[in-house]
Amino acid sequence: MSLVFDAVLCLVLLAGALGVVTTGAARPAVIAFIGYGLLLGLAWVRLAAVDVALTEIAIGSGISGVVLLRCVRALPAEPLTPAPNRMLKPLAAVVSITIAAALAAVVLALPEPAPSRAADVAAALPATDLGNPVTGVLLVFRALDTLLEKVVLLLSLVGVWALSRDPACRGRPAPLSPEPAPAPSAFLARVLAPIGVLVGLYLLWAGADHPGGAFQSGAVLAAMGLLLVMGDQIRTPAAESRGLRLLLLAGPFGFLAVGFAGWATAGVFLGYPPGAEKAVIIAVEVAITVSIAVTLGLIVLGPPAGEERP
Amino acid sequence: MSALLVLAITAPLLGLVPLLLLGPRTGERAALGMLAVNVAITAGIAERVAQGGRALGYVVGGFAPPLGVGLRADGFSAAMMLMAALVLLFTGLFAMTGPGDMTRKVKARGSAGMPATFFILLLSLACALNLAFLAQDLFTLYVALELLTFAAVPLVCLEGKAGQLSAALTYLLFALFGSVLYLLGVVLIYGLYGTLDIAHLAGLMAQGTGGATAGAALALMSAGLMAKAALFPLHLWLPPAHSGAPPAASAVLSAVVIKAPLFLLVRLWSDLAPLPLTQVAGPVFALCGAAAIVFCGVVALAQERLKLLIAYSTAAQIGYLCLMFPLAASDDGPWSALAWTGGTLHLVSHALSKAAMFLAAGLIAETMGHDRLSGLGGVGRVAPVSVAAFGLGGLSLMGLPPSGGFVAKVMLLTSALQQGAWWIATVVLVGGLLAGGYVLRVVVIALQHPDSDAASGRGLPDARECRWRALIALALAFGAMLVGFMPLAPLPFLDIGRPVTWEGLLP
Repeated sequence: MSLVFDAVLCLVLLAGALGVVTTGAARPAVIAFIGYGLLLGLAWVRLAAVDVALTEIAIGSGISGVVLLRCVRALPAEPLTPAPNRMLKPLAAVVSITIAAALAAVVLALPEPAPSRAADVAAALPATDLGNPVTGVLLVFRALDTLLEKVVLLLSLVGVWALSRDPACRGRPAPLSPEPAPAPSAFLARVLAPIGVLVGLYLLWAGADHPGGAFQSGAVLAAMGLLLVMGDQIRTPAAESRGLRLLLLAGPFGFLAVGFAGWATAGVFLGYPPGAEKAVIIAVEVAITVSIAVTLGLIVLGPPAGEERP
Repeated sequence: MSALLVLAITAPLLGLVPLLLLGPRTGERAALGMLAVNVAITAGIAERVAQGGRALGYVVGGFAPPLGVGLRADGFSAAMMLMAALVLLFTGLFAMTGPGDMTRKVKARGSAGMPATFFILLLSLACALNLAFLAQDLFTLYVALELLTFAAVPLVCLEGKAGQLSAALTYLLFALFGSVLYLLGVVLIYGLYGTLDIAHLAGLMAQGTGGATAGAALALMSAGLMAKAALFPLHLWLPPAHSGAPPAASAVLSAVVIKAPLFLLVRLWSDLAPLPLTQVAGPVFALCGAAAIVFCGVVALAQERLKLLIAYSTAAQIGYLCLMFPLAASDDGPWSALAWTGGTLHLVSHALSKAAMFLAAGLIAETMGHDRLSGLGGVGRVAPVSVAAFGLGGLSLMGLPPSGGFVAKVMLLTSALQQGAWWIATVVLVGGLLAGGYVLRVVVIALQHPDSDAASGRGLPDARECRWRALIALALAFGAMLVGFMPLAPLPFLDIGRPVTWEGLLP
C-alpha cells in the first residue's frame, strides 16, 4: 500500500515540477511552485525526515512563495525583453536531465548502509536532556553553525534594507497593498492569526523532544505577522525603532551571550551549564525564534521607505 | 585550546550591536575599534603559532570532531587572517567620517563617510573571513561562505544605482550557484565517509576508498569555489561588481573577499585531497589560471575606465595562485615548497596592492568627478599621493622589485623552471608584461602635462584629493612593497601545522 502511495507521490511530484516549468505566465508558475513545495514536504515525511518536511513547507513553499508572489506583482504585465530563443527551453531541459542523471548515478554509487554520525549523536544526546536528535545537533553539537546561520539571516535583512532610498534605513516598509484591506482579509487575519500563533508556539515547544523547532516556529509566526499586516490589523514597523532592533538582535546575540557564559559555567565556549542544559537551550530557542520571526517578516516586507514627515 | 580562535570569530560581531542600536557616529567608532581589536587578535594568533611552532586548536562546546566542530590555526591560515584584518582596518579608516567631513561643502562633493550599513557589512566580513580561515569542518566552511556572500553582495549596491543593482544581482546569482555546487559536494562527501572534519577526511581519503565519487565531490566543491573566487571562466560577474561598488567596498571585495574561496581551494587540494588526485587536478587549475592571466590581462589593456581596468586586473591576478597547484603538488622537495610560498606571498601582496589601487582610483574619481582614462591627463597634479599609491601598488602587479609581487613571481618562476614547467614560466612572464602595459598606461596619462588635454576643452578641477585618505592608500601600497623584502626562500612559518591533524590539540 505504501509503495503505491510513494509511486503516486513521485508521479505527482514530477507532474508538479513539469507544471512549474511549462506554465507560460509568472503568476500561475509561482502558485504551481508553492503547491510543488507542499508535495515535496510530503515526500520528506515519507522519508521520515519530519523536521526537513516542516522547514520545506514553511520556508521553501510558504515564505519563498510570498516573496515570489510580491515579485510577480511588481513586474510589468507585458514582458519587457523579447521572447527568448526557441532553442533555449529544449537546451535547458537537456542540461537539466543530464545533471539529474549524473547526480542520480553518483548518489546511487554511495555506500550502503550510509556511514553516519547518528550513533555518536544518540550516545551523546542523553547528556543534553533533549529528546529530538535534530535539535541536539543544531543547538549543542554544531551550535557554532546555528549561531552563525542566525547572523547570516540578520545580514540578509541588512542586505534588503541596504536597498532603501534612505541610507540611514529609517521609516516603515510600504504596506503589502496600497488599497485598504477588503473585509474578508481583515476577518481572516482576526480569526486565523491567534490560531496560527498558537501553532507556531507549539512547534517551538515541541521542538525539544519532537520534530519542530525554532526555524519552523519562526516561519509560522512571521506568516501570522504578515497576515495581520495584510488584514490592516497592524502597521508595518518602523525600521529605526530600537525595540524592533532589539528583537532582531535577541536571537544571534542572546545565543552569543550564552556561548560566552559557557566559559564561566562549563569551561568552554558554547558549553551549557551542567544540570541546566535543557532550560538554557529552550531559552536560546525562544530568543532565536523571536528573531527569526521578526527577520523573516521584515525581509518579506522589503526596504523601509525613508524618514516619515511629521 | 586557544580562546583567541573563538574571539577572532565573535569579536567582530560584537561591533554590530552598537551599529544597530546607537547612532551612526558612535556605531562607526565602535566598528573601527572592533576592527583594530581584530588586528590585535589575529596578530596574537600569528605570534603564538610562530612561537610555538605548531598549530592552535579549539573545540567548540567541548565536543571533539567529528561529532562537534573544531577551529584550527596553522601558519598558512594565520598569515591570511592577519593580512585580511589589516586590509579591513585600513579600509574602515578610509571609509569613516573624516575630520571636516561634516561640513556641507565636503558633503556636496560626496566624500562624507560611508553609511552605517557599510560598517555592519565590514565587521561581518571580518567574522566570515576569520571563520573561513579557521574552520576545519566542511559544513562550517559552507556557513562561512554564506556569511561572506551575504556580507559582500550588498556592498556592491550600497548606493542603489541601477548599474550597481544589476551587478549585485549577477554577483548574487554566481555566488549562490557556487554555494549550491559546494554544498552538493559536501553532501556526497558525508554520504561517502560519514564525517565532515578535514583531518579525519584526509586520513580516510588517503586510503583511496572513495573512488570516482570522491573525485566528483571534490570537483563540485572546487567548481563552487571557483564561481565565488571569479576564477576564469567563471569571472564574468567580477568586473561590473568590483568596478561599480563604492571605492572602499571595491577595495575589500577585490583584496580579501575573493581570497577566502581561493584559500579554501588550496585547503581542499593540499590538505584534504590525496596527493595523486591533486597531481591530476593541478594542471587543470593551472590552465584556468593561465587563461585568466592572459585573457583578462589583455581585456584590462583595452579598458577605458580606471576602475574597470583595476577590476579586470583582479580577475587576471587570481590566476597566479592557480599556477601554484601543479608546482606545489609535484612533491619535489624545496621547489614545491618554494612554489607554495610564492603563491601565498602573491595572495598577500595582491591583497595589499589591490586595496591601495582601488582606494587611490576612488580618490582620483572623486577629485576629477569621473574615471574615464581619456580625461585623466595630468591628474597627478591634483591627486599626487593617490597617483603615487596607484603606481606603487602597480609595481607589485607588474612584479618589479622591490615589491611583494616581484618576490612571489620570482619564486613561482624559479620553481616552474626547476621543475621543467616551461609553459607556466612563460605565463608568469607574459602576465607581468600585460600588467606593466595597463599600469604604465594609467601612470603615463596621470603624469602628462595637463595642457596636452586641451583638445577635450577641460582643464583640471579646483578640487584637491582628500589628503589623509590618500595616505591610507599609500600606506597599503607600502605594505605591498614591504612584503618584497622577504628572503627568496621557502618560508618555514607557512609550513607550521601541516599536514592537518588534531593530534596534541584536543583536550
